[in-house]
Amino acid sequence: MGQNDAIDVHDFSYVVGPGHIDAGDHGPLATARRFGIPATEITEFRLVHVRGGLDAAAQATLVERLIVDPVGQWCSPAADHDAVDGSATGLVVETGLRPGVTDREGAELVRAAAELGLEVEAATVGRRWVIQGDLDEAQIDELAQRVLHNDVIERWALGSLPAAFADQRATEPATTTIVVRGLDEAGLAEVNKARRLGLDPEEMVVIRDHFTALDRDPTDGELETLAQTWSEHCAHKTFRAAITMPDGSVIDGLLKSYLRSATDEIDAPYVHSAFVDNAGIVAFDDGWDVAIKAETHNHPSALEPFGGSNTGVGGVVRDILGVSAKPIAVTDILCFGPEDLDPAELPDGVLHPARIRDGVIAGVGDYGNKIGVPNIAGAILHDPAYTTTPLVFAGCLGLLPTGSNPTNAQPGDSIVVLGGAVGRDGVGGATFSSQTMGVETADIAGSSVQIGDPIVEKGLIDVICAARDAQLYTAVTDCGAGGLSSAVGEMAETLGADVDLQLVPRKYPGLAPWEVWLSEAQERMVVACADPAPMLELAARWGVGADVIGRFTGEGRLIVRNGDETMIDIDCEFLHDGRPKRQMTAAALDTSRPERQVPASTDVTALTLGLLAHPSIRSNEDVVRTYDHEVLGGTLVRPYAGAAGDGAADGTVVIPPGTSGTRGVALGVGVNAVIGGIDPEAMAWSVIDEAVRNAVVAGADPAELSLLDNFAWGNPTDPDTLAGLVAACQACHDAALAFSAPFVSGKDSLYNVFVRPDGTPDPVAPTLVITAMGIVKDLTTVPLTGTVNPGDDVWLVGPAAGALGGSHLDEVLGADHGGEVPRPEPGAVARHHELAAAIAQGLVVSAHDLAEGGLAVAAAEWAFAGRTGVRIDLGDANDDLATLFGEGAGRYLVEVAPGDAEAFAAAVPSAARIGTVIGSGTDTPNDTPSDRADVAVGSVRLSFDDIARAWVGGNA
Amino acid sequence: MSTPKVLIPVALGTNRDGDLADAFRLAGADPVSLPLEALRAGEASMDDFQMLAVPGGFSYGDALGAGRLLGLDLVGWFGDQLHAAVAAGKPIFGVCNGFQALVRTGLLPGGNHQSVLAHNDSGHFECRWVTLAPSSQSVWTKDLTEPLRCPVAHAEGKFVAEDLGALEAADLVAFRYLTVDGEPAGGAYPANPNGSPGDVAGVTDETGLVLGLMPHPEDHVTERQDPLRGRTASTGSGLCLPLFEAGVAAVTA
Repeated sequence: MGQNDAIDVHDFSYVVGPGHIDAGDHGPLATARRFGIPATEITEFRLVHVRGGLDAAAQATLVERLIVDPVGQWCSPAADHDAVDGSATGLVVETGLRPGVTDREGAELVRAAAELGLEVEAATVGRRWVIQGDLDEAQIDELAQRVLHNDVIERWALGSLPAAFADQRATEPATTTIVVRGLDEAGLAEVNKARRLGLDPEEMVVIRDHFTALDRDPTDGELETLAQTWSEHCAHKTFRAAITMPDGSVIDGLLKSYLRSATDEIDAPYVHSAFVDNAGIVAFDDGWDVAIKAETHNHPSALEPFGGSNTGVGGVVRDILGVSAKPIAVTDILCFGPEDLDPAELPDGVLHPARIRDGVIAGVGDYGNKIGVPNIAGAILHDPAYTTTPLVFAGCLGLLPTGSNPTNAQPGDSIVVLGGAVGRDGVGGATFSSQTMGVETADIAGSSVQIGDPIVEKGLIDVICAARDAQLYTAVTDCGAGGLSSAVGEMAETLGADVDLQLVPRKYPGLAPWEVWLSEAQERMVVACADPAPMLELAARWGVGADVIGRFTGEGRLIVRNGDETMIDIDCEFLHDGRPKRQMTAAALDTSRPERQVPASTDVTALTLGLLAHPSIRSNEDVVRTYDHEVLGGTLVRPYAGAAGDGAADGTVVIPPGTSGTRGVALGVGVNAVIGGIDPEAMAWSVIDEAVRNAVVAGADPAELSLLDNFAWGNPTDPDTLAGLVAACQACHDAALAFSAPFVSGKDSLYNVFVRPDGTPDPVAPTLVITAMGIVKDLTTVPLTGTVNPGDDVWLVGPAAGALGGSHLDEVLGADHGGEVPRPEPGAVARHHELAAAIAQGLVVSAHDLAEGGLAVAAAEWAFAGRTGVRIDLGDANDDLATLFGEGAGRYLVEVAPGDAEAFAAAVPSAARIGTVIGSGTDTPNDTPSDRADVAVGSVRLSFDDIARAWVGGNA
Repeated sequence: MSTPKVLIPVALGTNRDGDLADAFRLAGADPVSLPLEALRAGEASMDDFQMLAVPGGFSYGDALGAGRLLGLDLVGWFGDQLHAAVAAGKPIFGVCNGFQALVRTGLLPGGNHQSVLAHNDSGHFECRWVTLAPSSQSVWTKDLTEPLRCPVAHAEGKFVAEDLGALEAADLVAFRYLTVDGEPAGGAYPANPNGSPGDVAGVTDETGLVLGLMPHPEDHVTERQDPLRGRTASTGSGLCLPLFEAGVAAVTA
């Protein structure tokens, strides 16, 4: 490109039209209106900023080949604001990424320009928002702050926003020493706070004494590494703590005493790895294992919903890669505040639930869609308890040849980092996610939020799977919270390692050595290689970065250099075992309930419609359709299926690509936003039962189930909060044994508390998400989603009446009317096995479990999915609220052909025939006019239009 | 003749290459997936293959517009090979991102026909099953008589041609969206999932060798993949395997 050398470097900015005029219910306009901002129309234009030496011809080539489409688009210099199409005139706000934030478009533009022989140094993209409406300055500011941009990763300006590129000339700060020797607890507390280490006072003392004995102070890198390794996020201090109970007894670690012990006691032969690796590993068939894991990404999603949920998916996918498995499905369980929340009730520093929801959903879809892994299961809950602390649970299922995950790194093995370069992304994320959040969090935590780049992760998937098959590495782990510090630190726990940070590629200069070490730049894996050469070759073939950054020594010390200077020289034993065991105290738990009061409203049809429209019950098809659930071609039971593809499935099934095609993996999910706050023990039993129900309806063998636990709780140092957590863990243990379903992995997210400006804590609703995975051994007998054949019988498995305490009926009634929540019912386990046996015999045409809202809601959803009428007569109980709306364990609606009635009754003794499937109910001659409805359950009468209005449209 | 070899190029961000390989294997071909970097390094060339199939995904993250950068690479790195392949009568297939890329290369619809795949009218990614009416004299579709059913999974699938009438006159429209009842979608969502004028889901070129479409026929090549399996008398209908068999037949005949 010699001919361009003479041309000076300038910045060029272009605007591309036509703009996208936002009119939807989920776009910026809708959000603006929620805040009372009188915008009448918001049009979004693309901005492209380029820095380079480009003459007129080069600029024309750049625009034509890389920026504008040949049909239907225009492009002009961004400077002229009232460009080419009418919609471009109006109030102009421009937004753009902060320098250094992951920017795939900018990076690709630089790459492509080089391919075209154009001199482009740097590039980035932005958005121009053209706003119609009469807004004053305060309103413009609020629109930009609350709707159009997120200060955590973006900048904005009224009018033109000049491009900002990362400073390529910044100098690298040196490693510094942090004085801890001679400090008293107050002094240590200051260091702890100043560096946001999030360590316990006792831990600071141990660190001080350790370095005092060494006769030196720690470097910033050593202190940050200890803080990360000892963080709640990485060390699970609470789940490993000694907990003193009200009766004086002491629990020696919740994880060991309840979750792991249940798995050990069950001792299932099909479990190949539980709790010790990045994910649980379970036998699938004779040649294959499946790996499964679910993670939380709550704090980041609260601050930057898209990036938070996006990297949540990316992180759990890397957990699966971290056991050498190919990701074959992802899941997402999302908990938000009310979408229609009055912004006036929103504390400073909290994004509106609607905006969090939109961003989180877009982030989940973007990542799964781009890496080509189907999103097949999930749930969305709405509850005021999630307004200030939204929850994002991301799960991943993987496939690997039996026993193909190597875990035998040797002294002398090279440490190879695969994937992207590091920036300031997510520095301190592990410690940050282990602390409560407050008004100031959004300001100080900017760098703690990571932005994903799924395309790099897709490359990692290809490279890791190929490297596994070629046996190119001896151990693998992912770079998650804590970055290299966590990944290399864990791999070197027994071996020790020697790393040179100068060998770690940086996105831009100016990073302190400890930042390079702790950076949570996404899409990176670490492998140990006896011979790194073939690994580097393979990575290059797939266009994935790969760098040797050091070696495992076998000397038991973690040594991290930055060129000539040594930043870290620390004893691995102290790093991993030096942390003092945390001592905690739990209060007594009061789960007593007042007597059930009879509610005023008893219009059972109106109540059913209210339940169908409940934000945690209504259809999420509009969301699921933005996720790719078909890629890989192995999805058997889809999240939305049935006659018109708009009925909700309970559990879902994938046939792992490359396997025999005769077996599948069924996934079921259980979660409840309400009863956790009333009775955590009852919640644990009920969500485990729900997850198992969903897996069984999908055809899983209940004798070979595996469970994941994901706890999202408040501040465990509060004895009452801890008491609930203990009760939930004890219930997990007991239920797992009752179901003979071992936990194979789990994750706890604590300190989900928002501290309001006035200092009052706002804790999350104690929430336990259970994922149940089962093997489907006969794909031909899997029940369909929704009713199928008019003339079939409708059977109810389990008791007719359920519990109304903590039920969704009370949510709809708007008040807790007291009464018992669903009690733990070990007897329900037998019913799951009975139904599974009937399914295995091919006796079940379709089935639907009774969950939120009970029998009436289940029947409505089931018939709607199948578009057939359903008639259910409950005799004396036709108006009984506990029968129509009660919730409880081990209950199903089942469609069985009349000819199979005897065989089904024999297989499922607890089942009762309660009705029939009919054709379109509105013209059934046998019905009296009052019965002319598609769905008749007891005294409830519903047409498909009623159901669509409530369940799909959300209008009761 | 021997089993035809199908080249499936894989760019950073391509993700439905496995689905496409399975479909061609089932249709009796021998698919080979290779990273673009390997092809660029000369590990293999189009001369070694009888067919080319560009798979779906998000090549380069769809930065700068869906398929744009993959299109640039295909032209910049393999432009001569591509045109030689068409001249040699080799069928070329592009699905979703592969279709977007082939349009960017100018191979589709070809000639002087300018067109783009723009953002869906819905403004977001859509994943749902659609019904397709095959037409045109393309070697891929000329013998297809029944409608096909398969999923779409895209955010930028609205086919906008500078002159749709000219494409129709030249019989270059290969697939149109239908309602579930087999009637023209008439632009109505969701039967037409992206708002394509004329319900256009796929196009061919004047030679009839190059075919591209947004939906994913490679994800409905076995009855078990049909979401209506076990529910309607129509089970098995809409199976897309014949589309791939037609391409294979074109080179084995």
